[in-house]
Amino acid sequence: MDLIFEKSKAGRSAAEVAASDVPDVNVEKVIGKKYLREDLDLPEVAEVDLVRHYTNLSRRNFGVDLGFYPLGSCTMKYNPKVNENVAALPGFTGLHPYAADIFAQGNLELIFEMQKYLSSIFGMAEFTLQPAAGAHGELTGIMMIKKYFEKKNEKRQVILIPDTAHGTNPASGALCGFETVTLRSNSDGGVDIDHLMSLMTESVAGLMLTNPNTLGLFERNIEQVAKIVHEKGGLLYGDGANANAFLGKVRPGDLGFDVIQLNLHKTFSTPHGGGGPGSGPVGVSAMLVDYLPVPRIVKTADSLEWSEKYPDTIGRVRSFYGNFSVIVKAYTYIRSLGAEGLKHATEMAVLNANYIKEKLKPYFDLPYDRVCMHECVFSGSKQVTESGVHTTDIAKRLIDYGYHPPTIYFPLIVSEAIMIEPTETESLETLNTFCDAMIAIAKEAKENPQLVKDAPLTTPVCRLDEVLAARKPDVCWKRS
Amino acid sequence: MSKSNPTDRLYSREHEWVKDNGDGTSIVGITDHAQEMLTDIVFVELPLIGKKVSKSEPMAVVESVKSVSDVYAPVSGEVLDVNLKLEETPELINQDAFGQGWIAKMRLSNAAELKTLLSAADYEQFVKEEKH
Amino acid sequence: MDYCPHTPGDIEQMQSAVGIASIDELFTDIPEKFRLKNVLDIPAALSEQETIAVMSKIAGKNKLPQFSLTGAGAYSHFIPAVVGHIVGRAEFYTAYTPYQAEISQGILQAIYEYQTMIAHLTGTEIANASMYDGASAMAEAAVLCAKMSSRNKIIVARSVHPEYRQVVNTYSWANGYTVLEIPYTSSGQIDSKTLQNVLDDDVAAVLVQSPNFFGVIEDIDTIADAAHQKRALLVAGFTDGTSLGILKPAGEAGADFVVGEGQSFGNPLNYGGPYLGIFAAQEKFMRRIPGRLVGATVDKNGKRGFVLTLQTREQHIRREKATSNICSNEALCALAAGVYLAALGKNLKQLAELNVYKAQYLKSKLLKLKGWKEVFAAPVYNEFVLRCPDARLVNNKLQAAGIIGGYELQKDYPEFKNTLLFCATEMLSKKDMDRAVNIIR
Repeated sequence: MDLIFEKSKAGRSAAEVAASDVPDVNVEKVIGKKYLREDLDLPEVAEVDLVRHYTNLSRRNFGVDLGFYPLGSCTMKYNPKVNENVAALPGFTGLHPYAADIFAQGNLELIFEMQKYLSSIFGMAEFTLQPAAGAHGELTGIMMIKKYFEKKNEKRQVILIPDTAHGTNPASGALCGFETVTLRSNSDGGVDIDHLMSLMTESVAGLMLTNPNTLGLFERNIEQVAKIVHEKGGLLYGDGANANAFLGKVRPGDLGFDVIQLNLHKTFSTPHGGGGPGSGPVGVSAMLVDYLPVPRIVKTADSLEWSEKYPDTIGRVRSFYGNFSVIVKAYTYIRSLGAEGLKHATEMAVLNANYIKEKLKPYFDLPYDRVCMHECVFSGSKQVTESGVHTTDIAKRLIDYGYHPPTIYFPLIVSEAIMIEPTETESLETLNTFCDAMIAIAKEAKENPQLVKDAPLTTPVCRLDEVLAARKPDVCWKRS
Repeated sequence: MSKSNPTDRLYSREHEWVKDNGDGTSIVGITDHAQEMLTDIVFVELPLIGKKVSKSEPMAVVESVKSVSDVYAPVSGEVLDVNLKLEETPELINQDAFGQGWIAKMRLSNAAELKTLLSAADYEQFVKEEKH
Repeated sequence: MDYCPHTPGDIEQMQSAVGIASIDELFTDIPEKFRLKNVLDIPAALSEQETIAVMSKIAGKNKLPQFSLTGAGAYSHFIPAVVGHIVGRAEFYTAYTPYQAEISQGILQAIYEYQTMIAHLTGTEIANASMYDGASAMAEAAVLCAKMSSRNKIIVARSVHPEYRQVVNTYSWANGYTVLEIPYTSSGQIDSKTLQNVLDDDVAAVLVQSPNFFGVIEDIDTIADAAHQKRALLVAGFTDGTSLGILKPAGEAGADFVVGEGQSFGNPLNYGGPYLGIFAAQEKFMRRIPGRLVGATVDKNGKRGFVLTLQTREQHIRREKATSNICSNEALCALAAGVYLAALGKNLKQLAELNVYKAQYLKSKLLKLKGWKEVFAAPVYNEFVLRCPDARLVNNKLQAAGIIGGYELQKDYPEFKNTLLFCATEMLSKKDMDRAVNIIR
């Protein structure tokens, strides 16, 4: 498909600027020629061509509204339409962030209530909704841990990170000046307790744990893990990427987590927009509340106000107050589902994952065969040995069957990993037809491996040359 | 299958090779086995000429599409020259790891370190064991 | 209302396939003592109709102003209807990150086009697929400069948005870097003498904005020269992106990185987010910059296509060695910006000029009021700073009339008593401005 630049023709436009109702000024005189640009090379297209361009692009994209999207760790549940309508209410979209608080009492109430709901769902003392995404929340959480030890005058340089962790965890630790040390998993897919005991010293600031972990397994020894970390004065950080597995079933705060970051675009149904925006609230236990980023909301006798008067805060992590309209959508979701609905969602998410696990177990290696939570992790090793078909081939072949592939090659401790997260919004029929497709592909891998290796065959482009893209990067179009 | 390891040079356990030029200088690269594990190399970050490195210190970075690996100095010394051709054609390492895909020319500061390296036969054995 | 399609019969069938008699058996890995016995302390479920009623009531507690005279980092601009229609297409907004290129060509191509437009607008050679917002984009650029140069000092102009400076401080503290602030002169521009004096071999980056927080246009060429003489890198931001329709882009004037808030390009005010962190750079930094990059390539038939590229820079591969941990970005806001810029095309220049007209008009009217004075001498885009007899009184009067007044600079600059930062975009009519001036009078 042509680029928008290749469709450009001088003299066209899809948006006229309103006529001026004030006197013209001589811009060159007012601003000065040396500060002015010489050319402005943006595409020039008529409105109809603009709309067709992007509409045709959209037809080359796959979203949850088109089909099943079992992308493990990403919780691609259905994005309810009412959330979109609510977030588009002019009362929510129209306010300037510096509007005086008396203009914004509705927004402040929503943010305040959302913090309360999240605190209650996750058993934390307080939440901040500032971070713009999960990784941003992680950074914020680790900064608070850093501040906590700084205030206590303790020098702790190490953060422990399990070998199953998301890549963001070590990066977040390193960006706060910590050295990250890898903690091994045991044969059961949980934390290797002996290894933890040997690593956990008084120079360790904390352990970043994802629970359930990226194998979709709940940490059975969580009580012991928390105890080991806390006994040495460390803090337990929870990566809440997998929170969809336990809403209404267990609360991280009760398990001993001191900090937890969420992803509203995963657990709380807000659309991910092809890569963002997200929202990454962070909850903390009582002893970390003083370090939360500013601004925070305070409740006075008759109103809600923003306040920055927190001397021990880590500071500000972004401008304004967070990805507000994402928060509106997540808030709407929580109100729609209510307490029972959230619990039911988790139950159905876990049931769906276990159902897929049982259905596909005869056809694919299952490295950790135990009850899983919201996702299950298979390995494509059998297919590699039998016919040289890799996980990536299976993933690409799924596209031909009309599905978005699962997460592949993650977690790193499973070779040829296939990580499937169905979420609760998928029906039995959808799961069955998906499993049928996976089984059919397993059969194809045996009987006609080349077919699988050539997939996808139904898309606008075949597999793309990523090596060329990286060797000779072309990230901006240039007029030839 | 990787190409056989030339016997005119020594090998490190981190999969680098060192070839003594006999004039106090040596050429350093990564082994064919290493390039095979890395798959298609798309970028090489070369050391600065004049940089002094100690044995086992990262001196260059090789990147494939999905991985990034440090190249550790197999011996201590000063970087005298680098293979600038790798900037435009990093695939030389894939095509000819022991020849045109060399990474740096070094002046060794401690020739005794060469004794810690492996012969071609020992390196082959080491690779075999590492696979298990 | 929940969105689970399971009938009781489905659940029964699935339970037996899994080999369990009750759902609770799926949660036995959770130690018994921690399993929740009570329902969560949040309100009960609502039907869709009730949800809308509840949410409309909350939205109704906001008072939408008639218009606003504040910009200060978030700008009210007209958004052509096509933008909302395009970003509202579910194929875009219900997609995750384009990890599977073959079924994500839509967003990938759209982002590639966005990167191209941004690089051109900012006068740089490349741009990434977006950051969280202008402030975090600036902070990440500062951190990157320090990591690349192994220098630990960041210099930031005091004329940079106060919240941006705070975010730079937070990120720098976390990484162990020092931040030094440079004062402004009576022109409203950075004090280049002080800048030259503090520039030393420990300085990794100089951070400025143009237009800056005061609306004033900085002399980027001079600042770039000063920074580069000490081998420091220049990170140049901007306030309102529409200014790029007429202003010489910082990348052309010598900036190494151009970062800023892209909200102005087709994204509503939304009370502060989601916004769009623009991150553009010169090509030599391509393999170091944070965030996602979309690149063009070909498939096996030679057909052009797009992929996420140079991913080895990113956290999921480089892990603790990554210079940033960013993963999710603001792709949908970037899409909106791309559509907006393609819709306007060269009319962005006319729009920017209109903003200048409006600001000049408002300024001239306000300056006719008794006791009002201009504070800075250097040229401005669509924002400007005025001193008045009683700033609080001015804003109270406007507020009583349902108008958001100027931004009170004293909040962040104690030296500026009774000083207001005003903004006039194309959204303000002459009538609005006349009315505001009459209310103040």
